[in-house]
Amino acid sequence: MTLLATLPARAQGLDTAIDGFFAATTGWFVSIIFSNFPGTSFPWIVAWLVVGATVFTIYFGFIQFRAFFHSIALVRGDYSDPNDAGEVSHFQALTTALSGTVGLGNIAGVAVAISIGGPGATFWMILAGLLGMASKFTECTLGVKYRNEYADGTVSGGPMYYMVKGFKERGLPGGKLLAVLFAIFCILGSFGGGNMFQANQAHAQITNVVGAYPGWITGVIMAVIVFLVIVGGLKSIASVTEKVVPFMAAIYVGTALIIIVMNYTMIGTAFTQIFVGAFTNDGVVGGMIGALIQGFRRAAFSNEAGVGSAAIAHSAVRTKEPTTEGFVSLLEPFIDTVVICTMTALVIIITGQLISDPTTGLFVLNEAGTHIQTVTGNTGVALTSDAFSSAFGWFGYVLVLAVVLFAFSTMISWSYYGLKAWTFLFGEGQTKELIFKILFCVFVVIGAASGFDSVIDFSDAAIFAMAVVNIIALYLLMPIVKTEMNGYLARLKSGQIRKYD
Amino acid sequence: MPRKIVVGFDGSDASMRALDLAIANARGQGDHLLIAHVLEWSPYSFLTPSEVEERHRRRTEELQRAEAAILTPVVARVEKAGIAVSTTLRYGHIAETLCRIARDEKAEMIFIGRMGDSGFASRIFGSVAATLAQVAPVPVTIVP
Repeated sequence: MTLLATLPARAQGLDTAIDGFFAATTGWFVSIIFSNFPGTSFPWIVAWLVVGATVFTIYFGFIQFRAFFHSIALVRGDYSDPNDAGEVSHFQALTTALSGTVGLGNIAGVAVAISIGGPGATFWMILAGLLGMASKFTECTLGVKYRNEYADGTVSGGPMYYMVKGFKERGLPGGKLLAVLFAIFCILGSFGGGNMFQANQAHAQITNVVGAYPGWITGVIMAVIVFLVIVGGLKSIASVTEKVVPFMAAIYVGTALIIIVMNYTMIGTAFTQIFVGAFTNDGVVGGMIGALIQGFRRAAFSNEAGVGSAAIAHSAVRTKEPTTEGFVSLLEPFIDTVVICTMTALVIIITGQLISDPTTGLFVLNEAGTHIQTVTGNTGVALTSDAFSSAFGWFGYVLVLAVVLFAFSTMISWSYYGLKAWTFLFGEGQTKELIFKILFCVFVVIGAASGFDSVIDFSDAAIFAMAVVNIIALYLLMPIVKTEMNGYLARLKSGQIRKYD
Repeated sequence: MPRKIVVGFDGSDASMRALDLAIANARGQGDHLLIAHVLEWSPYSFLTPSEVEERHRRRTEELQRAEAAILTPVVARVEKAGIAVSTTLRYGHIAETLCRIARDEKAEMIFIGRMGDSGFASRIFGSVAATLAQVAPVPVTIVP
């Protein structure tokens, strides 16, 4: 590391040049997606996601709560036909999708939300997670219903397919146009949130522990590993990551639980701060609306409900009933946001990372007025690391491993989502696929070298652009989901669908 | 009345020895042999997105390979010995699946070969023979 630290200033300059070029070329896109309602400071995209999730929740009669326990039974395999053994199980489809969503959004994203919106952002994040369960149910049911099954037995699915086939079935125009738009945004999303954000935050956490060195070095190393897996076909790395990620998630959640239990007397205070902060201006950036915006924004980024990415991951499951996969997928925002994100938030709040004025009780903002002051002055993944390390000094090292593995598994998942969108647009073929994969690797380097703000803005903008297109399709296709759902629930109630022994 | 005997078979030398003993017994009793081949699979393993996409195709290939390379030759061998034979090909945990087959088929006995792993290895990876000896619903013959 001494060697890295003594690299010439030219090397650091490369980071600045990449960052400047990137911010300049993507700024216009970011401003459109995050523009406010005229005369307000409320971004229209946040309202779009919240309204969508609320509409689906009401339209399907609070299905995420009604079907919650049935969803768990489906994941356990209680309703799986033993003759279908050997196929992709509900559990496998859920964990594959989760490995793409559980990651830095849960570690870094929560810290960002809290350092801007205060503890109250957590309340809105949980609410967004609960509502988002209905969005996920809708898109994943459609994903399975309209997937493509090819002659060789492989399966492809996702919003592109339900937009084309579902619109045709309902006699609606514009399905193909929406699908093309979605595919374009999905490719950008795979470069942004699914790639650059991951590389950026992995580098941030590594430097947080070992000291500063240029980001492009981390970027090149990660890009080479990603290249070996997605271009070189070195499946073993991906398989190992997929198997290690659940254990890292367990270690992360377990440690968070231990810290929370160790400080059990603070749990009540933390929840009071979360609930009170959700509705008051206690000195956070942008006040209550700021907390709400941050909560919803980071929840959507973390659990991807309404974005359409999960519909690609869930489509391959073998089931005769598309609704079952919808039910299974609704557990995803619950696990990701309601459980894991809340734990990160509780640890940051309980360990007292945010600085508040002892006389007024209000949070103290930094000089620029963009974040709440923290004990170490850190934000993002470094703030979460500070919070965990304040209880266990060694946790920073564990978190480096967790962050790199999470980043890596999210990249592998998103390279797949991006590739599906790419082949939808340009058709399948080795050269075409290779071009996408190489581009994907280039963005790993750009992400690690760029500044945090330009990366997170572009990442959010690209992923939310997917949600704009996807939710339009979900509105138009939700009657089909309702027919499927009602048919399934009626057969479940009548005993026609039964548990296998 | 002829009995139905399940023979756990994976093509290994140990399973071949179990089959030979089952054939020898069946000759005298007029038993029906049910050759069971179980492909180790857990619904709770973790897959990558591309593995998920290709899983159905891979399953079809695995079944075809098992049928052609393992079951077809062994059926010919048992029939040659003049014994009634049928086969079953399943996915799952080997010991549990063999128990389920024995129950579903109302079999009267299970024959299985012992791989001879060391105690340490079987402690880590689990031993099919030892599990069957403990949980099988019918008598089990473990062939060394």
